[in-house]
Amino acid sequence: MTRHEQILERLMQHLERFKSESGELHADADLINELGLDSVNVMDMLLEIEDEFDISVPINMITDVRTPRQLADVIVKIESGE
Amino acid sequence: MSLFDKFDRVRDASGSLALDSEPSPLGTRIDEVHSPTRGRIGNSEVILAGTNNYLGLTFDPDCIAAAHRALDEAGTGTTGSRMANGSYGSHRQLEQELAEFYGMPSAMVFSTGYMANLGLITSLLGPGDSVILDADCHASIYDACRMAGADVIRFRHNDAEDLDKRLRRLADRREDGLDNALIIVEGIYSMLGDRAPLTEIAEVKRRRGGYLLVDEAHSMGVMGATGRGLAEAVGVEADVDFIVGTFSKSLGAIGGFAVSRHRDLELVRFDSRPYIFTASPSPATIASVREALAIVAQRPQLRDQLWRNAERLYAGLQEQGFELGPTPGPVVAALVESPRQAIAFWHALIEHGVYVNMMLPPASPNGRALMRISLSAAHSDEQVDAILDAFATLGSMLDPSTPA
Repeated sequence: MTRHEQILERLMQHLERFKSESGELHADADLINELGLDSVNVMDMLLEIEDEFDISVPINMITDVRTPRQLADVIVKIESGE
Repeated sequence: MSLFDKFDRVRDASGSLALDSEPSPLGTRIDEVHSPTRGRIGNSEVILAGTNNYLGLTFDPDCIAAAHRALDEAGTGTTGSRMANGSYGSHRQLEQELAEFYGMPSAMVFSTGYMANLGLITSLLGPGDSVILDADCHASIYDACRMAGADVIRFRHNDAEDLDKRLRRLADRREDGLDNALIIVEGIYSMLGDRAPLTEIAEVKRRRGGYLLVDEAHSMGVMGATGRGLAEAVGVEADVDFIVGTFSKSLGAIGGFAVSRHRDLELVRFDSRPYIFTASPSPATIASVREALAIVAQRPQLRDQLWRNAERLYAGLQEQGFELGPTPGPVVAALVESPRQAIAFWHALIEHGVYVNMMLPPASPNGRALMRISLSAAHSDEQVDAILDAFATLGSMLDPSTPA
């Protein structure tokens, strides 16, 4: 399993709790339009992810993130120090 | 796809919640304001209990007289920016008085509180700098951080340990420490009325480094022996680098300010676009603010009265079983399950002669709706009792088991 896949798997677990009230949870689901999160939900989830991976994810780096896969891209990038 | 299609959600929500008919809890039209605590909304004479008019100075005779004089002597407006023709003697005098009030070398006056945050933060921070802000900070702070282009990191609301953890992570990946990091918190948070654990936050800042900005919009004039705010009240002013505040709450007018222990704040004047590219406050506004600032220092009994009112209201609502924000204070928030319940309750309160603010998520935290009451030193005991009576009469509407 690549690091990207590991991170994506953990993100999907964090997103489980939004599944009930929304569409199907998949790696390319739109967090806001499909899964029904609002911008505050996304930022709050980010706090948990930062703690889990012990990294800082500045919210300005996720401005263009729409899906769990794109969020995993950003985290991989931060972890590798890019 | 038209430009207005993006408003579909707002349009739907506004229609389904009947927010488009008068009186409306959002953008309420207050038809007449008789005093700091009384007004008319439609056919209802109401007690105003949602105006942030903490010291009740909007109708203070000295403030009004000062504004009248300035209007007669200096005209209706400055018609220009602080950078061009909009810096009158009185603007500079107010800055000097603010600097003296805080015992700091430098102060800047802005046209609104929103612009004080925008003007200071966008100028202090740029790409490559970091800002670590409390998750519940006001929209003006978020907007400023985004405009500044800095890395924006949130910490869990009022959690100094969480701040410490995030500063540690930030320091770990930097060679030059936290010299270009700014921590931002508020004195009193506007929605739930809770306060920052500023003693603990100042301790983290001393240990880790970085600069500390405290937005005292809701705590200036309200807390501290001389009314300087939460930092004064808990004795950590020496650790605070910047204080931002507003003229539109305890000072009863409009405008904003920033003060700093760093004399270099003066340089922000030459860089800050929200300071440079807007007209300055009118002479009458500046005159009433100067008078109000003097009153904050001279009349501590206003603060005492405000806190008596706040504590009585909080205790009364708590006794009635309302779920409230964590501490008594000039902002008392009752949490409500659904927006529909909140809207119905707001309308019923108006009919019972009480105006409060209604807040819906995402403006309110944790996905809950709120009835937000703000107290004033000008509220009488009878008015506080009347607010409590209205909540007692209508409280069953907020029972979670009542269908909305």
